[in-house]
Amino acid sequence: MKETMFIDPQRCIGCRSCVAACRECSTHKGYSMIFVDNIDRRESTATMPTVCMHCVEPTCALVCPADAIKVSEDGVVMSALKPRCLDCRNCVNACPFGVPKYNTEMHLQMKCDMCFDRTSEGLKPMCASVCPTGAISFGSYEQIVPLRRTKPVNAHTFGEQSVETNVYLMLPTDAENVEVDGCGVFEGRIAVDEESDGQESWMDELAGETNKSNEF
Amino acid sequence: MSKVENLEKIIEKFGPHPHDEPIDGWQADRNIDKVVPTHCPYCAVQCGMNLLVEKGNLVGFEPRYDFPVNEGRLCPKGVTAYLQTHHPDRLLHPLIKRNGYFERASWDEALDLVVSNIERIQEKHGKDSLGVYSGSSLTTEKTYLMGKFARVGLQTKYLDYNGRLCMVSAAAGNKKAFGIDRAANPWSDIPDAEVLMIAGANCAETFPVLNKFLWQQRDRGGKWIIIDPRETTTARQGDLHLQLKPGTDVALANGILNVLINEGFTNEEFIKARTNDWELAKQTALKYSPQTASEITGVPAEKIVLAAQMYGRAKTGMLLHARGVEHHSNGVNNVLSYINIVLATGKIGARGNGYGTITGQGNGQGGREHGQKCDQLPGARMIDNPEDRKYVSDVWGIDESEMPGAGVSAVEMFQKMREGEIKGLLSVCNNVMVSLPDINKVRQALEGLEFYVCIDFFMSEGARYADVVLPSTTWSEDEGVTGTGEGRVVKINRASDPPGEAKTDWWIIQEIARRMGRGKFFAFNNPREIFDELRVASKGGKADYFGISYEKIEKQDGVFWPCPTEDHPGTPRLFEEEFYHEDGKAKFHGIEFNSPDETPDEEYPLILTSGRVVYQYLSGNQTRRIGFLVDQCPEPYVEIHPKTAMKLKIIDGERVKVISRRGEGVFPALVVKTIRPDTLFIPYHWGEEMAVNQLTNPKLDPVSKIPEYKACSARVEKLPTRNLPVLGQKQKYVKGSELEKPNGNRKRQGKGK
Repeated sequence: MKETMFIDPQRCIGCRSCVAACRECSTHKGYSMIFVDNIDRRESTATMPTVCMHCVEPTCALVCPADAIKVSEDGVVMSALKPRCLDCRNCVNACPFGVPKYNTEMHLQMKCDMCFDRTSEGLKPMCASVCPTGAISFGSYEQIVPLRRTKPVNAHTFGEQSVETNVYLMLPTDAENVEVDGCGVFEGRIAVDEESDGQESWMDELAGETNKSNEF
Repeated sequence: MSKVENLEKIIEKFGPHPHDEPIDGWQADRNIDKVVPTHCPYCAVQCGMNLLVEKGNLVGFEPRYDFPVNEGRLCPKGVTAYLQTHHPDRLLHPLIKRNGYFERASWDEALDLVVSNIERIQEKHGKDSLGVYSGSSLTTEKTYLMGKFARVGLQTKYLDYNGRLCMVSAAAGNKKAFGIDRAANPWSDIPDAEVLMIAGANCAETFPVLNKFLWQQRDRGGKWIIIDPRETTTARQGDLHLQLKPGTDVALANGILNVLINEGFTNEEFIKARTNDWELAKQTALKYSPQTASEITGVPAEKIVLAAQMYGRAKTGMLLHARGVEHHSNGVNNVLSYINIVLATGKIGARGNGYGTITGQGNGQGGREHGQKCDQLPGARMIDNPEDRKYVSDVWGIDESEMPGAGVSAVEMFQKMREGEIKGLLSVCNNVMVSLPDINKVRQALEGLEFYVCIDFFMSEGARYADVVLPSTTWSEDEGVTGTGEGRVVKINRASDPPGEAKTDWWIIQEIARRMGRGKFFAFNNPREIFDELRVASKGGKADYFGISYEKIEKQDGVFWPCPTEDHPGTPRLFEEEFYHEDGKAKFHGIEFNSPDETPDEEYPLILTSGRVVYQYLSGNQTRRIGFLVDQCPEPYVEIHPKTAMKLKIIDGERVKVISRRGEGVFPALVVKTIRPDTLFIPYHWGEEMAVNQLTNPKLDPVSKIPEYKACSARVEKLPTRNLPVLGQKQKYVKGSELEKPNGNRKRQGKGK
């Protein structure tokens, strides 16, 4: 893949401009395929965007009984083909990143196809076009490396499953791999705070309301 | 006269109703007839955007990659801006209030009623019994017209604008220190600064696209010093955060200057050659050791020293500030004390060395240059200067003796309404029942008026109190220029026709003037003709637009003023050679720290500060109608530190009562560690019972007349136990608030047709 997406969480300002702009894409008008989560509003204003990572061996396609999810020559994992999609939601449940959603009205799985209609005309995807800070960028690996002080990483480990993705996360320069253990907890520093009552901030819930549902 | 007797019915009819789709729903595969390059209607970054037009309707946007400031980027307000144009809440015909409710009227009927009331009031009580309150989201042509209309049409001295509530402390400070009121550098200078000192500006939420430049600076190894009472997104992303107590900026800036002096970081050569009054600033700053400053501000002394060292050691640096510094009764002093730091180190007037206020409102810069400020005339001329009066009177074709004198500032104007000196009001482009401080007093002022006419394209909270509401146009239905926060004049282009009987603001104003027999002064056929007169009126003034044309703006992607002649390219960077005082030098000021008007006491032990969120724009009259934005931030909340919350036995999400000396309001608590334990924060974009401005202090800065939005004393009380908190989504719907109203037409985010 020549050009792809680079997700840089430290630059994210949580404005959800990407979420709004995604709805303008002709192939899924009105529906957004991007999620921006508050990490823990009680502790911090940090936020994190999630787009389809366009896996080299996409789990969603592997578990599809109808072979409805195709990968383009450029490595873009497409939305389910409407005539083939069986409504089974295997892909929705299987994706380790929690990306595909099921549209109950249209009986169809929907996910980010990296603005196929735009990129095929030489335009950048909507989210990467509007993102104010470059938390979501579109370009080639060679272009972005000299511009940033972070390192593109595309190896992920979910418990026993290793996933290589076409979309990169921009991480500190010593990072090699993003590891998530079997319980879905990121292996890093998670502050445990004595004052915290363990409750999620209502603002996180508000933001997560659409993110955590796997249906439109 | 102007009472609202049936609020529920008005809200039911005119909203705000969240609505979230184009006029004909979300459609794939449109046949776009026209792509109109223009700019965002919201903040002063004035991002370029392309509007997509199908069969005369605005149906979407496309990134405008070729506009150099944003290169396609937009914030969520910009992305959804086009949805306001065909919004079902739009006002489609003139409205006259009868028996407390608005009824449809014809233009003739409404305008005749307006004119007869204006004439009646002015005949009985004199010309100055009528006030004009304008705004800076208007194009510059319209702001010019409003100034001329007040002085020549109505012949009243009482005129002011909503920039008075925005960055006017910066304007006053800049004029005192530099002799001119404009950001010194283009934003493209930011990446060249080794260090940025950003005070009272949560750029992440309030100027999202400015972050493009901030991160470019970072990518080159630059550092950010952030001065803010809250750990905002920008503060979190920065390198050093000075989390000061609200309203203590002077002590902090003097403390930093103290370290700069004592550690030898001052630029003596620059000070000697290009400034005056250094000794005043120096002797004052020497009284503020880092320890002294620390005691006042609550910022650890070592952080003050570190900030001074980072800024002092850097070869290049820029200092930027916004409302957090300016919205204080010491606003001008706050600004001047930060400018002292800039001047003492000579970090100004060169690439990567600079200073600027980040203007908030879309045309906040352009709207304050051409004569809608109570004491100014076009070209940033002064109304009490005989030469300036003569020049503008000649342009307008009136005798200098007919030109009214200086009026009073916005908040003072509303004071005069309460006192009965001003009996009638014409307002355009503002929402006083959200944005003025102490709105319970503002309501009294409006209710006491003999006549109030409001021009707007949505029924704002303020417009509800009007006798006549005249429907005007959104930004996409008219053309004209705006001046961005960096002093770049850009052009807004017309993409669609006004709906129903809505008319452009300049047509409405001219029609009122014509019906008053003042038509010969207001015979413009289009914005270009207004702009051409404005160019002449500004000629030779500090904000000189004479050399700017619509064509030049298009050719150069905007023109930075001053631009005195047609062959002049404009002036992106100020102060490279000289400042704008008569001797060409900048001026230091010795500024002593003064507390905000209110300091915490036993009864009101906390400091309440207010501000913005990324999803709403100013008074929210536009953005509180866009479903996507409402979903992200449906209502105001009060940020409380966990320590304070624990002491008051308040849990996250619980509705609590916040009380100040002026009023009280109920807000859900957002318990976060990102705020100081002695401070509360409430975003301000809502009206009526959701308004933080029920609580804020109307105390004014003596020079700029800006109200003290950013610091007043308050206390928090638990509500009786029957109001048990409901966590999560359900609590969004406050009883009696705009969110509870029927006909909401609310759609879930991402939901299609």
